[in-house]
Amino acid sequence: MERIIFGDNQFFAVNHISDEKSRLQAIKFNTDGAILRTLDYAIGHGVNTFMCTTHDRIAAICEAVLSDQAKYSNFKIYPCMPYAHKYANAITELGISGTLREYLPGNFFGSLLKGGMAFLSKDLLAVMQLMIDAEMKMFKGIDTPVIFLQNIITDLLLGLRMPKILVAFHDYIKLKYNAEAGFITMNLPILISTLEQTGIKNPIVCSSINLAGFRMSGGKSIYEHTLGTKKFRAIAMQIFAGGAVSPQKAIEYVCNLPNIESILFGASSRNNIQETVSLINQFDNFRANNRPDIKEQVLTVI
Amino acid sequence: MVRVGLIGAGKMGISHLSILGAHPEVEVVGVCDTSRLVIGALSRYSPFPCFTEYKKMLNTAKPDAVFVAAPTKSHAPIIRDLIGSNIHVFTEKPFCLSSEEGVPLIKMAKEKGIVNQVGYHNRFVGTFNEVKKILNLGFLGEIVHFSAEAYGPVVLKDKQGTWRSKPNEGGGCLMDYASHVLDLIQFLLSPVEKVHASLIKSVYSQHVDDAIYSLLQLENNVTGVLSVNWSDESYRKMSTSVTLMGTCGKIISDGNELKVYFKTSECPPGYTKGWNVKNITDLTSPVNFNLRGEEYSAQIDHFISAVQKRVLNDKNSFETSWFTDKAIELIRKSVKLN
Repeated sequence: MERIIFGDNQFFAVNHISDEKSRLQAIKFNTDGAILRTLDYAIGHGVNTFMCTTHDRIAAICEAVLSDQAKYSNFKIYPCMPYAHKYANAITELGISGTLREYLPGNFFGSLLKGGMAFLSKDLLAVMQLMIDAEMKMFKGIDTPVIFLQNIITDLLLGLRMPKILVAFHDYIKLKYNAEAGFITMNLPILISTLEQTGIKNPIVCSSINLAGFRMSGGKSIYEHTLGTKKFRAIAMQIFAGGAVSPQKAIEYVCNLPNIESILFGASSRNNIQETVSLINQFDNFRANNRPDIKEQVLTVI
Repeated sequence: MVRVGLIGAGKMGISHLSILGAHPEVEVVGVCDTSRLVIGALSRYSPFPCFTEYKKMLNTAKPDAVFVAAPTKSHAPIIRDLIGSNIHVFTEKPFCLSSEEGVPLIKMAKEKGIVNQVGYHNRFVGTFNEVKKILNLGFLGEIVHFSAEAYGPVVLKDKQGTWRSKPNEGGGCLMDYASHVLDLIQFLLSPVEKVHASLIKSVYSQHVDDAIYSLLQLENNVTGVLSVNWSDESYRKMSTSVTLMGTCGKIISDGNELKVYFKTSECPPGYTKGWNVKNITDLTSPVNFNLRGEEYSAQIDHFISAVQKRVLNDKNSFETSWFTDKAIELIRKSVKLN
């Protein structure tokens, strides 16, 4: 994975600290052109991986990427599925079986109902595979080396104590898409110990990691302990804690933690992209120069 | 350990179940749902004992506490059985289909000393608690007007799906969305005493309301406007907000951000004259397991602690939630009167 990954929250009105800013972002990125322009700024600063949810509008971005292969020759997308609000709103309106009927191929749902409990129990994994395939359709032809399960589903399955489904996701991504599975979570320490027990080795896990301890369930110290003692490939997100930490301090903190392979951030403007990328490079370089033991490792990722 | 059961594994039930499953002080002893689809999947892949009849679950699993997330029409009979069996109750909102249904349940719960809580999670949101704190300290002066709103994209086309599209089973925007806002008004200010006029509109739904606009008067005589619409596609998810006009300032708050204006420097510590902005980052206490926002975990933590007698059973009780059911009725009546 690249050291710096560009995120998509700003494009889809996801703002964890202000509903008003959410709306302003929705207005700013109303056109696909505005999204592409911002992605180009990121690429211009050497960030070639875009981690995005499987929002309907990403289909248009994928088309644009495919239509200009020279420009996007190194460009990679890490899809994160599912776009949960689509399903959550559907479940409120249609119920669980109504939602499956809406989003699964007709014949498949019919046979589910006819087969009843036994059939469903056997084929819940087949339902999941069909839903993964449906979400992945828009990325056909794009380089997607890592495919993520969104935190709402990862964490739901964690709490429901269904690690088998996490393993099934991991295995299917490898088998069908020849890609690595990643897991986004709000509960890093619990996820890591659960995945350890399933035998998934060195998993890719993306989680909120920031100086403020924001959205770090159980507290910052247990996250730091997990990073220092467990074997996994961490992506730090929400590093600015919604603006609670200054960019300088936020990036210094994350760059000095052990085991952070990548940093995910989103920004709406060219200046913010430039500032974040250069701060990460600066702290990585500083750390490499002062820590000869990690110099080689840092230089390979920046 | 508290032995907990769940009745109703739909959207909210599954969410509660996951938080309970991760709770270090909880043993999930039973999950009950009538859907073969859901129970089939849970019994195959989760470690939780599954049932299709709740009475069987109560007899077999013997829970100390039960979460009720079945359709609203079944709340009252289920809760009656639970209290009758001395089981502590957390129920999803709204509490009951009518205020009449709720009265005997409140009485029974009190007589038997049953811990009771209703799932109005806004009372566990950091920003709204900060609003309450400022109001209690009196820094906003006399409240002269409020506006309470919620918008979201639930029903965006004409479709009939579940009990949520059936008016006699607790469906519709008034019961589902507006109940949250009415409860929040009560939490921050006072229960609704009178509804001067209301518009209840269907935008897409055939049988239930999709939008509610009301002029409300509260028990403390403060008046204001309620505006709720679940057919607004411009929102990504439900957004609830309140604006409070006081003689000494103004508050605008949603679940993520609090904006406060003070006319003078007579304001709480950490605030100044003029505009102040605080975000959820400053105002949220961490939780041990986060599924979809701290407030969903915090409300469950509070209930479990109340069952363990570690905290008082003083948040979102049946009693306060009854006032919200009453407010819903007053809104319905105000439409008929007009």
